[in-house]
Amino acid sequence: MATTSSMFMYSLTLQPPSDITAAVLGQFAGTKEQQIVTASGSKLTIHRPDPTQGKISPLFTQDCFGIIRTLAVFRLAGSSKDYIIVGSDSGRITILEYLREQNRFSRLHLETFGKSGIRRVIPGQYLAVDPKGRACLIASVEKNKIVYVLNRNAQAALTISSPLEAHKPGCLVFDLIALDVGYENPIFAAIEIDYTEADQDPSGQAYEEVEKNLVYYELDLGLNHVVKKLSETVDRSATKLFQVPGGSDGPSGVLVCGVDNITYRHSNQDAHRVPIPRRRGVLENPERKRQIVAGIMHKIRNQFFLLLQTGDGDLFKLTIDMIEDENGQPTGEVKALKIKYFDTVPVANSLHILKSGFLFVSAERGNHHFYQFEKLGDDDDETEFSSENYPSDPLESYEPAYFHPRPLVNLALVQSIESMNPILDSKVVNLLDEDGAPQIYSLCGAGARSSFKTLKHGLSVSELVESELPDKPQAVWTTKLTRGDEYDAYIVLSFASGTLVLSIGETVEEVTDTGFLSTAPTLAVQQLGEDALVQIHPKGIRHIQADKRVNEWPCPQHRSIVAAATNERQIAVALSSGEIVYFEMDTDGSLNEYDERREMTGTVTCLGLGDVPEGRVRSSFLAVGCDDSTVRILSLDPDSTLENKSVQALTSAPSSLAIMPMADATSGGTTLYLHIGLHSGVYLRTVLDEITGELSDVRTRFLGLKPAKLFRVSVGGQNCILAASTRAWLGYTDPQTNGFMLTPLDYPELRWAWTFSSEQCPEGMVGIQDQNLRIFSIEDLSRNLLQESIPLPYTPRKFIKHPEHNLFYVIESDNNTLAPATRTKLINETPAVNGDANILPPDQFNNPHGTEHWASCIQVIDPVSTKSVIFNVDLEDNECATSIAAASFAGQDDETFLVVGTAKDLKVSPRSYTAGYLHVYRFHEEGRELEFIHKTKIDHAPTALLAFQGRLLAGVGPYLRIYDLGMKQMLRKCQVQATPNAITGLHTQGNRIIVSDVQESVSFVVYKFQDNKLIPFADDMVARWTTGATMVDYETVAGGDKFGNLWLVRCPPKASEEADEDNSGSHLLNERGYLNGAPNRLNLMTHYFCGDIPTSVQKTPLVAAGRDVVFWTGFQGTLGLLVPLMTREDVDFFQKLESELGEQSPPLLGRDHLAYRSYYAPSKGTIDGDLCETYFLLPHDKKEIIAGVLDRSVREVERKVSDMRTRVAY
Amino acid sequence: MADKLRTLQQLESLQAKYVGTGHADTTRHEFTNTIVRDSYASYIGHPALLGYMALGMGEPKEVVRGQFIERMVRGAGNPPAKDED
Repeated sequence: MATTSSMFMYSLTLQPPSDITAAVLGQFAGTKEQQIVTASGSKLTIHRPDPTQGKISPLFTQDCFGIIRTLAVFRLAGSSKDYIIVGSDSGRITILEYLREQNRFSRLHLETFGKSGIRRVIPGQYLAVDPKGRACLIASVEKNKIVYVLNRNAQAALTISSPLEAHKPGCLVFDLIALDVGYENPIFAAIEIDYTEADQDPSGQAYEEVEKNLVYYELDLGLNHVVKKLSETVDRSATKLFQVPGGSDGPSGVLVCGVDNITYRHSNQDAHRVPIPRRRGVLENPERKRQIVAGIMHKIRNQFFLLLQTGDGDLFKLTIDMIEDENGQPTGEVKALKIKYFDTVPVANSLHILKSGFLFVSAERGNHHFYQFEKLGDDDDETEFSSENYPSDPLESYEPAYFHPRPLVNLALVQSIESMNPILDSKVVNLLDEDGAPQIYSLCGAGARSSFKTLKHGLSVSELVESELPDKPQAVWTTKLTRGDEYDAYIVLSFASGTLVLSIGETVEEVTDTGFLSTAPTLAVQQLGEDALVQIHPKGIRHIQADKRVNEWPCPQHRSIVAAATNERQIAVALSSGEIVYFEMDTDGSLNEYDERREMTGTVTCLGLGDVPEGRVRSSFLAVGCDDSTVRILSLDPDSTLENKSVQALTSAPSSLAIMPMADATSGGTTLYLHIGLHSGVYLRTVLDEITGELSDVRTRFLGLKPAKLFRVSVGGQNCILAASTRAWLGYTDPQTNGFMLTPLDYPELRWAWTFSSEQCPEGMVGIQDQNLRIFSIEDLSRNLLQESIPLPYTPRKFIKHPEHNLFYVIESDNNTLAPATRTKLINETPAVNGDANILPPDQFNNPHGTEHWASCIQVIDPVSTKSVIFNVDLEDNECATSIAAASFAGQDDETFLVVGTAKDLKVSPRSYTAGYLHVYRFHEEGRELEFIHKTKIDHAPTALLAFQGRLLAGVGPYLRIYDLGMKQMLRKCQVQATPNAITGLHTQGNRIIVSDVQESVSFVVYKFQDNKLIPFADDMVARWTTGATMVDYETVAGGDKFGNLWLVRCPPKASEEADEDNSGSHLLNERGYLNGAPNRLNLMTHYFCGDIPTSVQKTPLVAAGRDVVFWTGFQGTLGLLVPLMTREDVDFFQKLESELGEQSPPLLGRDHLAYRSYYAPSKGTIDGDLCETYFLLPHDKKEIIAGVLDRSVREVERKVSDMRTRVAY
Repeated sequence: MADKLRTLQQLESLQAKYVGTGHADTTRHEFTNTIVRDSYASYIGHPALLGYMALGMGEPKEVVRGQFIERMVRGAGNPPAKDED
């Protein structure tokens, strides 16, 4: 299937999804420390919360190539290690263990129970584990429930039983948990509805009378089967269950949460019910009922409490009082439920309370939050509502409870973990003009926690010192005084005609008695031997002893030193005559010149000498770069001193060399590399064989237009290379994958850099930028995308860039939210009762809710200079913005206007609106302000707008129309029904228009100017619910759909040509449609399931001088790309690699990789780069096996895989 | 004859195992019912899709999930009245 495709794309993920769909907390490493395991899309990540710093950092991420749906944690009795159960779309249950030493997940069990995929009756929606770790239940939404008994065998290894079934046809499950029953038989509780009767009754009466039941399923461990134990009717609106501790800790049972109430239920107890308190305030509707959306039960010693969260984000603390016996001791009888307001945090997918006193909130949308508990709300004056004052019968009426939300009291935010979920739109543009690499501008978040994010490839740098110098220095070094020193003592600055030495202490000041020659520039500085210093200047070498005695080696007459390389025992210098002089330190600490000088053929431009390896007396290689564009490796071994070892030809003269070992994924340890910087601004890294001196495995990267200079630095304890061209780059080993990364620093251009180590900054760097001396450090190597956020008031929907200026126009709209005008009206009209008039910051408390109200606005954003919202237009009359375009109108002397499409009284499901409008705004102050011109009422909501040949193209419902700008309103010029449902996007090139439909893929439409007609001429044969599309070329469209597929479709060449022929209008119009569609059909070129919903697709380069790629953003925060593969050989290679990887390391959750990527339709013409990159993580023997099958070496395979990424992205 | 019986038995076991498996006499209502319930189960089951829809509706995911299961109870509506014959 795939091999027949003529087009191949290589799919890569730039940033994994940041939405946490499931998370569990446990002691997975087997130590006292708790970790958090999260699932995001197909990725499973283990995080380590650091209680001392109040930070969460990821330890390891694994791509499982399957949709992870649920996670659960359990521990066998008597064990100290927690295991993870994963429910996925593989139709299998997986039990994982985290191996701390190897930092990997290991699969213990994989049990198949059903078909793969996410289906109605295949278990996987719910997963519950007995609190004592004896059994787990995995259930589907309808009918199926499977129980597995967990135990350990004689070898103390975990065992899993064959499945026990508890199926019940016609029964829908709303929620399912395990009951805490101590060591009695495990019981699982579910909220269920049986629809069989309602399905049979034509009158609809049975449906009206359907009851919701709380059902207990008991696993009889003795008889080894599951029985239904109890079925009690509960509140019809109940959707959520929470466990109440049992055994010795509490009364056992469940909390059933429905609309506006929480009820305690258990088989041997009375029901107790409390209302969910509602917010009180002028902007709140006192009748609006809340629902519990998330919660957590926490036990501390003999007590327990629950934190329950409503859809507003308010947390409530719920406690249970017990009836006391005559001695004042609590009995097992429940007396009352008590609930009170705790604090407000973002609406969560899941909440986790750590033993160290932290709360982890994996937010449903926007950043995840990590809080520290300040107190537990025990002794505050919040009103407590007790179930004693409320009826337990759900049908009885009662007085609602109210509270006043307030800023955090019990919790303190310690870390906000950046999350891009959800991404609604994005654009890749270069506005900063830094070296040609564009930035990613995206709309993220929802509601009041939305933001406009700028993403830039780079490492964040924290600056310590910036000071201006009297003159422009050429170079800078730091040096210790003796070998044993921990910190640097001097900063040596070299100017065009002299050298300046600064001493590092409490203050940095000039010193003159150091023995350094101050009247000449310096070429190199080195701490030599035990306690000596060496300064190399063009006229000689100064060897400065500890007692300030100076030995000078003068340069031969009429020659000068042009390049030097040093380490703590060796010195090599190159003379202007092309000779190389080599010195070695002998045992008494003096420098000895090697009696022969090696003459090079060309002028030497640079030298490189590695550090002396531990336990050796010398580094055995000297790298010499000559202006004939070569690098030679010379031996320094005593029996072959200065003999040629190997030569590497280059594309340009080398400007800088460094020999340095770095951590390496291939060998598993460290490997010696020769790093080469070229005059053309290219950086090369080659492996230098430690014995033969052979160079192999060259990897290149273009850095900038200036000669590349290389410096050895150290970050986070690892050797790194700092490469300075027009930007400074850092070459380092990725802490997780051990792969080599080269990332620009978010810092100005540096002329020179060197390591800097002092008490305040043990791993810093010192650099020269123009006339400034800068000291800085790099802390985090794990994130190579820098984010900047501008907060927005409502969910952003779409945005455009001003055609000329660096400004963005964002349309934002929020459903069920009060518009600012309504809010002001309410505040002014309502007499304020004390406390009610407090207006809370919406970013923490959400915007005020108003059912079927829309709050919508258009905002102008300056992401470059002010980095803020600079202009705001609020929409009124319950209109919400649905589309935006900047269009220049030929009738108005090509002046550009901003056109915004809106819908009035929009209802999302089922979709309806009372009218649509087109608003026109004029740009003022270079686009910084907008002036309203007029608005035009139209029959449908305009959902897509585009400038088109001096007019405006609008997708209005299923119609494609052309509008012109009139004095009073927009004037309709022509229209066609282009798609069957609703147009969601428009793209154009020439006379061709690509129309994407909400349900029916994309259609090609041609505009015939002579006839003023829009004619659809080609459409797709598969229904694709298009969410984003772009024209890759004139005939090809790349797009994504709502179910997570990426595809490329192409118009047949004949149809494409015919459509563009002159005077073909009438011919096209009269052509007969094919099967109720356009006359021609598009061909599918590639198809790929990416797991996330693509919200924007764009063709763009991502790095300077990089090729164009198809860049897409996913709803859950994924950034990905498709890279076209150029040659058939590459395709064959990667296809083979994919299949070998699938065989040698099958996905962790047992989902077949190819089946996963073919989730909705067979994957076609796409290589999964993420799978190929798992090659780096394999153990060495597996790498060898795969490389053997591919008939290549491990290094070659790794190089090919990493080149695919580094050539076009990062 | 035996073959026919076996096919029938196999079909019946499939129908018992996988809700919504059709047969020769599937009515329009049964068919749409299956589609409606399968669709909602899929919306709930795929985390990205649920998030996408919840954002469009302006509600928390958990609320939308509850609403969707509730709509599964309803399915495609009341079954057509049976002909009395």
